[in-house]
Amino acid sequence: MDIIIMSDSSMPLYEQITNQIKKLILSGELKQGELLPSIRMMAKELKVSIITVKRAYEELEIEGFVATALGKGTYVSMVNTERLRESQISQIEDQLEGIVLAAKGIGMNLEDLQERLKIIFEEA
Amino acid sequence: MYAVTFNNVRKRLGDFELNIPKLAIRQGYMTGFIGENGAGKTTTIKLILDMLQLDEGSIEVLGKNIKGGSVSIHQEIGYVGEPTGYPEETPLEAIKDMLALFYKNWDEVLYKSYMQFFNLNSKQKYKDLSTGQKKQFAMIMALSHHPKLILLDEPTSGLDPVVRNEILDILMDHMQNEEVTIFYSTHITSDLEKAGDYIVYINDGQIKLNSEKDTLLNEYSLVKGPKALFKGDICKEFLGLRENSFGSEALLKNKKVAYELFGEEVKYSKPTIEEIMIFLSHNNSKVVTEKALRGGNKQC
Repeated sequence: MDIIIMSDSSMPLYEQITNQIKKLILSGELKQGELLPSIRMMAKELKVSIITVKRAYEELEIEGFVATALGKGTYVSMVNTERLRESQISQIEDQLEGIVLAAKGIGMNLEDLQERLKIIFEEA
Repeated sequence: MYAVTFNNVRKRLGDFELNIPKLAIRQGYMTGFIGENGAGKTTTIKLILDMLQLDEGSIEVLGKNIKGGSVSIHQEIGYVGEPTGYPEETPLEAIKDMLALFYKNWDEVLYKSYMQFFNLNSKQKYKDLSTGQKKQFAMIMALSHHPKLILLDEPTSGLDPVVRNEILDILMDHMQNEEVTIFYSTHITSDLEKAGDYIVYINDGQIKLNSEKDTLLNEYSLVKGPKALFKGDICKEFLGLRENSFGSEALLKNKKVAYELFGEEVKYSKPTIEEIMIFLSHNNSKVVTEKALRGGNKQC
C-alpha cells in the first residue's frame, strides 16, 4: 500500500493519512478484514509522530472504515454496509466505463452492448 | 502513564533557578525539549538522571522516586550528553567492554548491528573519531541495553543531515516497543517537527509550554499584516508579537479565532516549532511592560 505525505501541505498530516487509507479502502485495494500496519511501524516508516498516525486511525474508526481489536491491531471493517455497497457499486461503474470505452472504440452501439451484457448476465 | 514526573522541583545554580512545579513526560512517546541556551535544559535532564541534587521537591522516574539513588533505574535509562567522559586513548571495543559490564540487559548483537549500521571500526581509538562518529558511538552505548527511558541532551548538534536522519531512524526503531520513552533536548527543531509527539518549552528555568506537537502545528496560526491591525483589544489574543518597519506578525493559539479577528486582511501561515519558540521567548520579555501597555497601549 502506498501512502505519500507532504509535510509542506496545509492539510494536517493525520488528515493526509486518513484520506489516503480511505481511498485505498473504497477502491478495494485494502480489503474487508485486512490488517493495517501497526501505528508505531507506520510512524517509523513515514517519519511522523506516533500521535499523528494514532489520530489518523482514530478518525478512520470514528468514520466506520476500520476497527481495532486489542492485541490484534487495526483492520479494515466497513461497518456502514450502505457505504460498503456504494464503494462496490462505484468500482463496478469504473469497470463498466472501461468496457463502454472499449466498445465505443470498435464502433459498437448501445443496443449491441446491452444485448451482449444481457446474455452474459443470464449465463453467469 | 508517565515515564517522568516532576513535583514542585527547585534547583538553584548560582544566579540561575530552575522552578518546575509540574512536569509529566508521557510514557511510550517522543518528547522534544526546546529552549534557549541557558534556559535549563541540561539541568533538567541531569536532575532526572540524579547527576544533580534537588534543592526542593521530588522527581519520579519510571514509577520510582530517584532520591533513593536506585541503581535499578539506571539499568533502564540510556543517556547521551556532553561530556561523554570516554577515555580518549582507548579503542571503542574496550570502552564497550567496560560499559557492558554494568548492564544486565546488554545486547551484544544489537551493539554489533549498530556499529555496522554506522560503519564504525571497533579497533579505532575514541580520539580518532570524527564529531559525528563520537555522537554515533555515544548513541550506541546508550541504546544497546534496551533502555526504557532514553534521555538525549543535544544528540544531533553539529551533525550533518544524513547522520541526523540515521539517528532518528534508530530512535524510532526503539519506539517500536510501546514502553520506550524518549526525552530529547535539541536546537534542531526540524528533527522534532517530523517525529516528535510532544513539545516541552523551557524559558529561564520555567516550563512555558507542554503540548502535543500536532496541536501546535495544526492549531496555532502565524498572522502577518499591516501594523495598524495589530493594536488595541486584539492584543490579548497574542501569544507573541513582533514588529518591523514594514509590518507586524503575531502568533495566535487558534487559527479559527485568528480568522475571526483578522479576516481577509492579513496572511496566515502554519508556524514552525522554531517560530513558536521565538515568539514565546519574545512574549516573555514583554511581560515586564504589560502594565505599561494597559495604560498607554502604544507598543501594541
